[in-house]
Amino acid sequence: MSAPALASTSRSARSSVGRKLAAYNASPTQALALLVIALLLIAFLVVPIVRVIVVAFTGPAGGFSLVHFGDFFRTGLLRESFWNSVYVGVMTVVVASLIAVPLATLLSRFQFRGAALIHTLGVLPLVMPPFVGAIAMQLIYGRNGTINLILGDHFGFRIPFMEGLNGVIFVEALHYFPFILLNLSASLANIDTSMEESAQNLGASGFTLFSRIVFPLALPGYVAGAALVFVKVFDDLATPLLLNVNAMLAPQAYLKITSVGIADPMGYVISVIMICAALGAMAISTLALRHIDFATTQRGGGGLGRRSLGRFGNTVAAVFVVLILLLVLSPHIGIFLLSIGTVWSFAELPDGYTLAHYATVFSEAQGLIGNTVLYCGLAGLIDVIIGAVLAYLVLRTRLPGRKLVEQVALAAVAVPGLVLGIGLLRTYYDVHLPFTDVPFATFWLMLVIAYAVRRLPYALTAATAALRQLHLSLEEAAENLGAGKLSTLSRIVVPLVTGGLFAGFVTSFATAAVELSATLLLVASERDAPISYGIYVYMQSAAGRGPGAALGVIAVVTVAIATYCAYRLSERERDRRSRGGLAV
Amino acid sequence: MTRSVRIENVSFGYGGTPVLDDVSLDVGAGEFFAFLGPSGSGKTTLLRLIAGFGEPASGRILIGDTDVTDLPPWKRNVGMVFQSYALWPHMTVAKNVAFGLERRKLPRADIARKVESALALVGLAGYADRRPAQLSGGQQQRVALARTLAIEPDVLLLDEPLSNLDAKLRVEMRAELRRLQRKLGLTAIYVTHDQEEANAIADRIAVLDGGKIQQVGTPVALYDHPANRFVATFLGTANLVEGRIAGDRFESDGWSLPGIAGGDGATCIAIRPQDIIPGTEGAVRATVTEKEFLGGHTRYRMQAGRHSLIVDVPHRGDAGGLPLGSDVALSIDPKRVTPLR
Repeated sequence: MSAPALASTSRSARSSVGRKLAAYNASPTQALALLVIALLLIAFLVVPIVRVIVVAFTGPAGGFSLVHFGDFFRTGLLRESFWNSVYVGVMTVVVASLIAVPLATLLSRFQFRGAALIHTLGVLPLVMPPFVGAIAMQLIYGRNGTINLILGDHFGFRIPFMEGLNGVIFVEALHYFPFILLNLSASLANIDTSMEESAQNLGASGFTLFSRIVFPLALPGYVAGAALVFVKVFDDLATPLLLNVNAMLAPQAYLKITSVGIADPMGYVISVIMICAALGAMAISTLALRHIDFATTQRGGGGLGRRSLGRFGNTVAAVFVVLILLLVLSPHIGIFLLSIGTVWSFAELPDGYTLAHYATVFSEAQGLIGNTVLYCGLAGLIDVIIGAVLAYLVLRTRLPGRKLVEQVALAAVAVPGLVLGIGLLRTYYDVHLPFTDVPFATFWLMLVIAYAVRRLPYALTAATAALRQLHLSLEEAAENLGAGKLSTLSRIVVPLVTGGLFAGFVTSFATAAVELSATLLLVASERDAPISYGIYVYMQSAAGRGPGAALGVIAVVTVAIATYCAYRLSERERDRRSRGGLAV
Repeated sequence: MTRSVRIENVSFGYGGTPVLDDVSLDVGAGEFFAFLGPSGSGKTTLLRLIAGFGEPASGRILIGDTDVTDLPPWKRNVGMVFQSYALWPHMTVAKNVAFGLERRKLPRADIARKVESALALVGLAGYADRRPAQLSGGQQQRVALARTLAIEPDVLLLDEPLSNLDAKLRVEMRAELRRLQRKLGLTAIYVTHDQEEANAIADRIAVLDGGKIQQVGTPVALYDHPANRFVATFLGTANLVEGRIAGDRFESDGWSLPGIAGGDGATCIAIRPQDIIPGTEGAVRATVTEKEFLGGHTRYRMQAGRHSLIVDVPHRGDAGGLPLGSDVALSIDPKRVTPLR
């Protein structure tokens, strides 16, 4: 960001390159910065992904071949895994919809006093990654968990919440339904009241009104949310692994790479399938969103008319919301109980309570916490720097290719962590660190890079938003009053964008702290492992569950605090923007 | 079929805030009626109550001889054109227009025929397969109108339908609306805050303010004989002169105007700027303090005693008019003075 200070030198240099750059409104430093960012993205995003695709399509004898895909669909286990993943993805969308659609409808179509509670429901699950709560969910809803023990004792039957694929669906649906809730309520809230009233005026009511007008107008929001949920579940590695469900695509890819070896082609075939699923989901939501912009631009009154629920309706709604709240909170409660319980097995609740697990964690697992802070802090820092520089280059210069670099950086959001992990592993396994035989791929810095690449879109979006709010005239006014490039940067630009950049940093940090897919692939030794890996390893053994849960609580609390900070910061920024003295 | 609308003692409020206070009104069959008032006057609320959006706290609404107060919107057969047009973006123009006809369970062939004629009526034949987003603002307005006219409503309600169009199109569309209404013989109620629009389009106007009807009448009657201070100033420009009328004589600081009929006990008079004629003789003395040349006339601000007056003098030829600071006598025809209480 110190680049503008050098803009004048480029003009005085009068070389042909300088003149050309001046035409792009850029200095040599800025051009160099763009080049460096482009190279980093090529090295750690484009090449690994291309590598994965190339390997998947290369035959044993070299050259283009579909033989691996043929093998994939001829192998019973892989075929089963494919259908299991599709089934789990679809069923998670169904279960998540059963939770989210009534909540969204309640929120936007009725006068319901518990609206604040529904808003809370919309964020609560997102602060805890599904794999952290998975074991706790087994203790509550499993065959011998709290609920089924009570059901069995009193009513003589059990519900197989957590049996096999059910468990994955249940855990993922409880975690990801907010995506549908948020998208659908936004889309319902954006429908103009007059859209509904004009239909009533022309004779439509009840189900006709809903099916012909409200539903089609809200559908795009729902589809966008549902597609996102499907992709997230399709890509998730840690939850099925922890629930010991291995016959799904992500676990299969992971197991092939880690047990058979990096040369086994099936991991790459699965990666290509995942990329296709992600692209397909994006295409579907784009298609669904084609007509919606018009419905929300002609504004009459805001939002659909809200009906009164009546006493009976209010009671039913309240019971439903409380029930969902209990479900949503159960992994949180479960993980907390697990972290302070002595033994919890074949019992409704732990046998006794202790703080020993936290003591264990603080004596044994300091390295894990330290590593997480180091890795995620570095990754967040890299993201903020690259994000800010790239946002500045895109908004303030006309360098050729800057939009392409931005697009590539943003595309990282659609790349599954597992695929990026496999790509990085494959690309950099043979690259050794100087003077050692440690592969670059499993050096701890690679984790930082993987985190940074996947979170870059958040930081870039935050930086772009912050810079866009900083209208060029604010800088020009400073220069007009005699401030040089450098003092304009330090006195005007930096103070105004700091809040936005910090929010980007926090988001990157918090989401990286609980990422496990790429982590599982790239961690070589426990010494280098971050907290998410630690939770995973602890949770594998019955004795480790207590400390694992304690680690989980620490991670969740950290993420919750960070998320809250990011939220407050972005609120403050928005507030400042609205009060800003800029008449444009 | 065209029908009358009767509003009887309707009151309405949003959670404690009264919006309409004991409103009664008759709109004749085939009449073009306007609700005119500033924002917050309750005019749109009243229109929406006729369409069935909201339930009056008290009072009745009749369409023809039918009490519709308790009927839901979809059973009223009252056509409403929304300010935002409210065209459904996921349907084509033809589907939008057909929607109300489908609800009325008409045979398919009839629907197609009626859609076609409704679109032809508003000059949009050939646009059936477009989507709303592909149309201009004026065309969207016509589709909204066609969609409402297609169901052959008993009453046509128009909620500031022209406010989203540019000035030139607005004038064209209002003439066209008037033509269509005459041709179809429809009862129409038109909500607007624009007095010029109301004057141009309506047979009669109800002026609303603060949730109450201030006056009902033809545009000319409202202008010439405003019932109160609000109507006098909201419709056109008026000089309000505070004072006292005893018998037929108005008395105020430096004023004494005889010959005002029917104003005994009034505390104020309203005079239009063009009804004050400056010259050498007259009942009131005044000094010119400001002047603006506006093309067709010159608008003067004059001080008469403690009263500040606006006086319009038609501009004919290149006379320089009255110089600033000059003293003039104002003659006022008592028949053009409206006493207000």
